[in-house]
Amino acid sequence: MAAGSTYTPITTTTLGSAQSSVTFSSFSGYTDLVIVCANLKNAVQQTPFMQFNSDTGTNYSSTWIAGNGSSASSSKLSNSSSGILIGDYNIGMSSTIPSTAIIQIQNYSNTTTYKSTLGRYNLTTTEVYAIAGLWRSTSAITSIALNAGGSSNWSSGATFTLYGILAA
Amino acid sequence: MANTYTLIEGKTLGSNIASVTFTSIPQTYTDLLVKISTRQTTAAVFGIVKLNVNSTSTNQTYRAIFGDGSSATSNNSTTIYVGPGVGANATANTFSNMELYLPNYTSTSIYKSISINGAGETNATEAYLNLTAGLKSENTAITSLQFICDGSDNYVTNSTFYLYGISNS
Repeated sequence: MAAGSTYTPITTTTLGSAQSSVTFSSFSGYTDLVIVCANLKNAVQQTPFMQFNSDTGTNYSSTWIAGNGSSASSSKLSNSSSGILIGDYNIGMSSTIPSTAIIQIQNYSNTTTYKSTLGRYNLTTTEVYAIAGLWRSTSAITSIALNAGGSSNWSSGATFTLYGILAA
Repeated sequence: MANTYTLIEGKTLGSNIASVTFTSIPQTYTDLLVKISTRQTTAAVFGIVKLNVNSTSTNQTYRAIFGDGSSATSNNSTTIYVGPGVGANATANTFSNMELYLPNYTSTSIYKSISINGAGETNATEAYLNLTAGLKSENTAITSLQFICDGSDNYVTNSTFYLYGISNS
Protein backbone atom coordinates (compact mmCIF):
# COMPACT_ATOMS: atom_id res chain seq x y z
CA MET A 1 0.00 0.00 0.00
CA ALA A 2 1.37 3.39 -0.87
CA ALA A 3 2.16 5.70 1.98
CA GLY A 4 0.05 8.80 2.30
CA SER A 5 -3.51 9.72 1.61
CA THR A 6 -5.19 6.37 1.03
CA TYR A 7 -5.15 5.22 4.65
CA THR A 8 -7.57 7.66 6.18
CA PRO A 9 -8.86 7.63 9.75
CA ILE A 10 -12.65 7.93 9.54
CA THR A 11 -13.55 7.78 13.18
CA THR A 12 -12.13 6.58 16.48
CA THR A 13 -13.82 5.76 19.77
CA THR A 14 -12.27 5.29 23.18
CA LEU A 15 -14.82 3.98 25.62
CA GLY A 16 -15.21 6.10 28.71
CA SER A 17 -17.46 3.49 30.24
CA ALA A 18 -18.47 -0.08 29.53
CA GLN A 19 -20.90 -0.62 26.67
CA SER A 20 -22.24 -3.63 24.83
CA SER A 21 -21.65 -2.48 21.26
CA VAL A 22 -19.72 0.03 19.14
CA THR A 23 -21.23 1.06 15.81
CA PHE A 24 -19.68 2.78 12.79
CA SER A 25 -22.27 4.25 10.44
CA SER A 26 -20.68 6.92 8.25
CA PHE A 27 -17.88 5.79 5.93
CA SER A 28 -18.68 6.40 2.29
CA GLY A 29 -16.18 7.03 -0.49
CA TYR A 30 -13.57 4.32 0.09
CA THR A 31 -12.71 0.97 -1.50
CA ASP A 32 -11.91 -1.08 1.59
CA LEU A 33 -12.14 -0.62 5.34
CA VAL A 34 -9.79 -1.51 8.17
CA ILE A 35 -10.88 -1.66 11.80
CA VAL A 36 -8.29 -1.66 14.57
CA CYS A 37 -9.57 -2.55 18.04
CA ALA A 38 -7.18 -2.44 20.97
CA ASN A 39 -7.23 -3.07 24.67
CA LEU A 40 -10.28 -5.22 24.27
CA LYS A 41 -11.75 -6.75 27.39
CA ASN A 42 -15.09 -8.33 27.92
CA ALA A 43 -16.83 -7.86 31.23
CA VAL A 44 -18.02 -11.45 31.20
CA GLN A 45 -17.05 -14.38 29.01
CA GLN A 46 -18.99 -14.08 25.79
CA THR A 47 -18.11 -14.44 22.13
CA PRO A 48 -17.91 -11.10 20.27
CA PHE A 49 -19.38 -10.72 16.79
CA MET A 50 -19.55 -8.14 14.01
CA GLN A 51 -22.85 -7.39 12.25
CA PHE A 52 -23.52 -5.33 9.14
CA ASN A 53 -26.51 -3.08 8.43
CA SER A 54 -28.28 -4.35 11.59
CA ASP A 55 -28.91 -7.63 9.78
CA THR A 56 -29.90 -10.34 12.27
CA GLY A 57 -30.65 -12.99 9.65
CA THR A 58 -28.70 -16.21 9.34
CA ASN A 59 -26.43 -14.64 6.74
CA TYR A 60 -23.03 -14.78 8.39
CA SER A 61 -20.31 -17.42 8.42
CA SER A 62 -16.80 -17.60 9.83
CA THR A 63 -13.87 -19.99 9.40
CA TRP A 64 -10.83 -19.72 11.60
CA ILE A 65 -7.45 -21.13 12.50
CA ALA A 66 -6.27 -20.77 16.06
CA GLY A 67 -3.22 -21.57 18.15
CA ASN A 68 -3.07 -21.67 21.94
CA GLY A 69 0.66 -22.04 22.31
CA SER A 70 0.67 -25.83 22.27
CA SER A 71 -1.61 -26.92 19.45
CA ALA A 72 -3.28 -25.53 16.33
CA SER A 73 -6.92 -25.97 15.41
CA SER A 74 -9.45 -24.88 12.83
CA SER A 75 -13.22 -24.69 12.87
CA LYS A 76 -16.13 -22.79 11.37
CA LEU A 77 -19.53 -21.35 12.15
CA SER A 78 -22.09 -21.32 9.34
CA ASN A 79 -25.49 -19.65 8.97
CA SER A 80 -25.00 -17.54 12.03
CA SER A 81 -27.42 -14.74 12.91
CA SER A 82 -25.02 -13.29 15.48
CA GLY A 83 -22.54 -12.04 12.92
CA ILE A 84 -18.94 -12.70 11.94
CA LEU A 85 -16.77 -13.92 14.77
CA ILE A 86 -14.26 -11.31 15.94
CA GLY A 87 -12.51 -13.19 18.72
CA ASP A 88 -12.86 -15.84 21.34
CA TYR A 89 -15.21 -15.84 24.30
CA ASN A 90 -12.46 -14.84 26.70
CA ILE A 91 -11.04 -12.02 24.64
CA GLY A 92 -8.81 -9.78 26.73
CA MET A 93 -9.74 -10.95 30.19
CA SER A 94 -6.99 -8.87 31.77
CA SER A 95 -7.19 -5.17 32.53
CA THR A 96 -3.48 -4.64 31.86
CA ILE A 97 -2.76 -7.04 29.00
CA PRO A 98 -4.33 -5.72 25.80
CA SER A 99 -5.90 -7.82 23.13
CA THR A 100 -5.95 -6.64 19.56
CA ALA A 101 -8.26 -7.15 16.60
CA ILE A 102 -7.42 -5.97 13.09
CA ILE A 103 -10.22 -6.52 10.58
CA GLN A 104 -10.13 -5.89 6.82
CA ILE A 105 -13.40 -5.50 4.91
CA GLN A 106 -12.95 -5.62 1.15
CA ASN A 107 -15.14 -3.87 -1.44
CA TYR A 108 -17.67 -3.01 1.22
CA SER A 109 -19.75 -0.70 -0.96
CA ASN A 110 -20.31 -2.92 -3.99
CA THR A 111 -23.86 -4.12 -4.68
CA THR A 112 -23.08 -7.21 -6.76
CA THR A 113 -21.14 -9.56 -4.48
CA TYR A 114 -21.30 -10.95 -0.97
CA LYS A 115 -18.92 -9.28 1.48
CA SER A 116 -15.78 -10.97 2.77
CA THR A 117 -13.60 -10.06 5.71
CA LEU A 118 -10.22 -11.10 7.04
CA GLY A 119 -9.39 -10.67 10.69
CA ARG A 120 -6.44 -11.19 12.99
CA TYR A 121 -7.16 -11.51 16.68
CA ASN A 122 -4.55 -11.69 19.38
CA LEU A 123 -5.53 -12.79 22.85
CA THR A 124 -1.94 -12.27 23.74
CA THR A 125 -1.65 -14.56 26.74
CA THR A 126 -3.96 -17.29 25.53
CA GLU A 127 -4.58 -17.62 21.79
CA VAL A 128 -3.91 -16.21 18.36
CA TYR A 129 -6.54 -16.30 15.58
CA ALA A 130 -7.01 -15.64 11.90
CA ILE A 131 -10.65 -15.56 10.85
CA ALA A 132 -12.22 -15.39 7.40
CA GLY A 133 -15.74 -13.98 7.47
CA LEU A 134 -18.58 -13.76 4.99
CA TRP A 135 -21.81 -11.78 4.94
CA ARG A 136 -24.16 -13.22 2.33
CA SER A 137 -25.66 -9.97 1.12
CA THR A 138 -25.18 -7.89 -1.99
CA SER A 139 -26.14 -4.73 -0.14
CA ALA A 140 -23.49 -2.11 0.39
CA ILE A 141 -22.30 -2.05 3.98
CA THR A 142 -23.56 1.13 5.58
CA SER A 143 -23.16 0.29 9.25
CA ILE A 144 -20.88 -1.96 11.28
CA ALA A 145 -21.69 -3.08 14.80
CA LEU A 146 -19.00 -4.63 16.99
CA ASN A 147 -20.92 -6.48 19.67
CA ALA A 148 -19.28 -7.74 22.86
CA GLY A 149 -21.74 -10.61 22.77
CA GLY A 150 -24.52 -11.92 24.97
CA SER A 151 -24.84 -9.93 28.16
CA SER A 152 -21.23 -8.75 28.05
CA ASN A 153 -19.82 -5.26 27.58
CA TRP A 154 -16.62 -3.88 26.11
CA SER A 155 -14.78 -2.38 29.03
CA SER A 156 -13.82 1.22 29.58
CA GLY A 157 -10.61 2.20 27.80
CA ALA A 158 -11.06 0.00 24.75
CA THR A 159 -10.28 1.80 21.49
CA PHE A 160 -11.99 1.24 18.12
CA THR A 161 -10.70 2.99 14.99
CA LEU A 162 -12.10 2.78 11.46
CA TYR A 163 -9.81 3.52 8.50
CA GLY A 164 -10.75 3.94 4.86
CA ILE A 165 -8.58 2.55 2.07
CA LEU A 166 -8.87 4.13 -1.35
CA ALA A 167 -7.73 2.14 -4.37
CA ALA A 168 -7.11 5.18 -6.50
CA MET B 1 -7.25 13.66 3.03
CA ALA B 2 -5.26 13.18 6.17
CA ASN B 3 -1.75 11.88 5.79
CA THR B 4 -1.98 9.18 8.43
CA TYR B 5 0.08 6.34 6.96
CA THR B 6 3.48 7.91 7.19
CA LEU B 7 6.91 6.49 6.50
CA ILE B 8 9.04 7.23 9.56
CA GLU B 9 12.17 5.48 8.40
CA GLY B 10 13.25 2.97 5.78
CA LYS B 11 16.42 0.90 5.74
CA THR B 12 17.77 -1.00 2.74
CA LEU B 13 20.89 -2.91 3.68
CA GLY B 14 24.01 -2.19 1.65
CA SER B 15 26.05 -4.86 3.44
CA ASN B 16 25.50 -7.81 5.74
CA ILE B 17 24.54 -6.88 9.29
CA ALA B 18 23.43 -8.79 12.40
CA SER B 19 20.61 -6.51 13.54
CA VAL B 20 18.56 -3.52 12.48
CA THR B 21 17.24 -1.00 15.00
CA PHE B 22 14.74 1.83 14.80
CA THR B 23 15.55 4.26 17.60
CA SER B 24 14.03 7.50 18.86
CA ILE B 25 10.67 6.50 17.42
CA PRO B 26 8.44 9.61 17.37
CA GLN B 27 5.68 9.53 19.97
CA THR B 28 3.27 11.39 17.71
CA TYR B 29 1.35 8.54 16.10
CA THR B 30 -1.34 6.19 17.39
CA ASP B 31 0.02 2.89 16.08
CA LEU B 32 3.17 1.60 14.39
CA LEU B 33 3.49 -0.66 11.37
CA VAL B 34 6.71 -2.41 10.31
CA LYS B 35 7.24 -4.16 6.99
CA ILE B 36 10.29 -6.38 6.59
CA SER B 37 11.81 -8.30 3.68
CA THR B 38 14.88 -10.33 4.60
CA ARG B 39 17.32 -12.99 3.62
CA GLN B 40 20.07 -14.06 5.99
CA THR B 41 23.34 -15.98 6.11
CA THR B 42 21.91 -18.85 8.18
CA ALA B 43 23.21 -22.21 6.89
CA ALA B 44 19.68 -23.59 6.53
CA VAL B 45 16.54 -22.99 4.49
CA PHE B 46 15.19 -20.71 7.22
CA GLY B 47 16.67 -18.78 10.09
CA ILE B 48 14.93 -16.73 12.75
CA VAL B 49 14.19 -13.04 13.12
CA LYS B 50 13.78 -11.97 16.75
CA LEU B 51 12.45 -8.72 18.23
CA ASN B 52 13.66 -6.70 21.19
CA VAL B 53 11.38 -3.85 22.25
CA ASN B 54 13.08 -0.90 23.95
CA SER B 55 16.49 -2.57 23.68
CA THR B 56 15.78 -5.55 25.93
CA SER B 57 14.42 -9.07 25.61
CA THR B 58 12.98 -9.05 29.12
CA ASN B 59 9.25 -9.22 29.82
CA GLN B 60 8.53 -10.46 26.33
CA THR B 61 6.36 -13.41 25.32
CA TYR B 62 4.74 -14.68 22.19
CA ARG B 63 2.15 -17.19 21.06
CA ALA B 64 1.91 -18.32 17.45
CA ILE B 65 0.46 -20.62 14.85
CA PHE B 66 2.87 -22.08 12.28
CA GLY B 67 2.32 -23.74 8.94
CA ASP B 68 5.12 -25.42 7.02
CA GLY B 69 3.26 -26.61 3.95
CA SER B 70 2.27 -29.96 5.43
CA SER B 71 0.99 -29.35 8.97
CA ALA B 72 0.03 -26.66 11.45
CA THR B 73 1.42 -26.31 14.96
CA SER B 74 1.38 -23.78 17.78
CA ASN B 75 3.85 -22.83 20.45
CA ASN B 76 4.81 -20.10 22.88
CA SER B 77 8.05 -18.69 24.22
CA THR B 78 9.63 -15.88 26.21
CA THR B 79 11.32 -14.68 23.02
CA ILE B 80 9.35 -12.81 20.36
CA TYR B 81 10.01 -14.57 17.06
CA VAL B 82 8.94 -12.26 14.26
CA GLY B 83 9.18 -14.77 11.48
CA PRO B 84 11.36 -16.75 9.15
CA GLY B 85 14.44 -15.25 7.62
CA VAL B 86 15.06 -17.05 4.36
CA GLY B 87 18.48 -18.68 4.79
CA ALA B 88 21.49 -19.44 2.65
CA ASN B 89 20.20 -22.88 1.65
CA ALA B 90 16.91 -21.56 0.30
CA THR B 91 16.09 -20.93 -3.36
CA ALA B 92 18.30 -18.18 -4.71
CA ASN B 93 16.94 -14.63 -4.74
CA THR B 94 14.02 -15.44 -2.43
CA PHE B 95 13.30 -13.24 0.57
CA SER B 96 10.87 -13.62 3.46
CA ASN B 97 8.15 -11.13 4.38
CA MET B 98 6.99 -9.95 7.78
CA GLU B 99 4.52 -7.35 8.99
CA LEU B 100 4.12 -6.12 12.54
CA TYR B 101 1.30 -3.93 13.90
CA LEU B 102 1.77 -2.24 17.28
CA PRO B 103 -1.37 -0.42 18.52
CA ASN B 104 -1.21 2.29 21.18
CA TYR B 105 2.56 2.13 21.36
CA THR B 106 2.83 5.40 23.31
CA SER B 107 0.59 4.28 26.16
CA THR B 108 2.08 4.28 29.63
CA SER B 109 -0.82 2.47 31.25
CA ILE B 110 -1.09 -0.84 29.39
CA TYR B 111 1.23 -3.60 28.24
CA LYS B 112 2.08 -3.58 24.53
CA SER B 113 0.45 -6.05 22.16
CA ILE B 114 2.11 -6.82 18.83
CA SER B 115 0.30 -8.50 15.94
CA ILE B 116 2.69 -10.24 13.52
CA ASN B 117 2.33 -12.05 10.20
CA GLY B 118 5.41 -13.72 8.74
CA ALA B 119 5.99 -15.83 5.65
CA GLY B 120 8.77 -17.54 3.74
CA GLU B 121 7.81 -19.06 0.41
CA THR B 122 10.64 -20.40 -1.75
CA ASN B 123 8.97 -22.76 -4.23
CA ALA B 124 10.54 -25.66 -2.35
CA THR B 125 9.33 -28.40 -0.03
CA GLU B 126 9.98 -26.40 3.08
CA ALA B 127 7.90 -23.28 3.62
CA TYR B 128 7.06 -21.23 6.65
CA LEU B 129 4.05 -19.15 7.72
CA ASN B 130 3.44 -17.71 11.16
CA LEU B 131 0.62 -15.74 12.78
CA THR B 132 1.90 -14.37 16.05
CA ALA B 133 0.68 -12.50 19.10
CA GLY B 134 3.56 -10.79 20.84
CA LEU B 135 3.52 -9.05 24.20
CA LYS B 136 5.86 -6.68 25.99
CA SER B 137 4.69 -6.79 29.59
CA GLU B 138 5.72 -3.26 30.42
CA ASN B 139 3.76 -0.02 30.59
CA THR B 140 6.62 2.00 29.10
CA ALA B 141 6.05 3.66 25.73
CA ILE B 142 7.84 1.99 22.83
CA THR B 143 10.79 4.08 21.67
CA SER B 144 12.90 1.51 19.88
CA LEU B 145 12.52 -1.73 17.93
CA GLN B 146 15.46 -4.02 17.24
CA PHE B 147 15.29 -6.91 14.76
CA ILE B 148 18.00 -9.45 15.44
CA CYS B 149 19.32 -12.33 13.38
CA ASP B 150 19.49 -15.42 15.54
CA GLY B 151 22.92 -16.74 16.54
CA SER B 152 25.86 -15.32 14.62
CA ASP B 153 23.89 -14.87 11.41
CA ASN B 154 23.54 -11.67 9.41
CA TYR B 155 20.88 -10.09 7.24
CA VAL B 156 22.17 -9.85 3.70
CA THR B 157 22.38 -6.96 1.28
CA ASN B 158 19.04 -5.74 -0.09
CA SER B 159 17.07 -6.80 2.97
CA THR B 160 14.61 -4.01 3.77
CA PHE B 161 13.00 -2.67 6.93
CA TYR B 162 10.31 0.03 6.84
CA LEU B 163 8.70 1.71 9.85
CA TYR B 164 5.38 3.54 9.39
CA GLY B 165 3.32 5.66 11.74
CA ILE B 166 -0.47 5.34 11.78
CA SER B 167 -2.59 8.17 13.19
CA ASN B 168 -6.25 7.84 14.09
CA SER B 169 -7.00 11.51 13.49
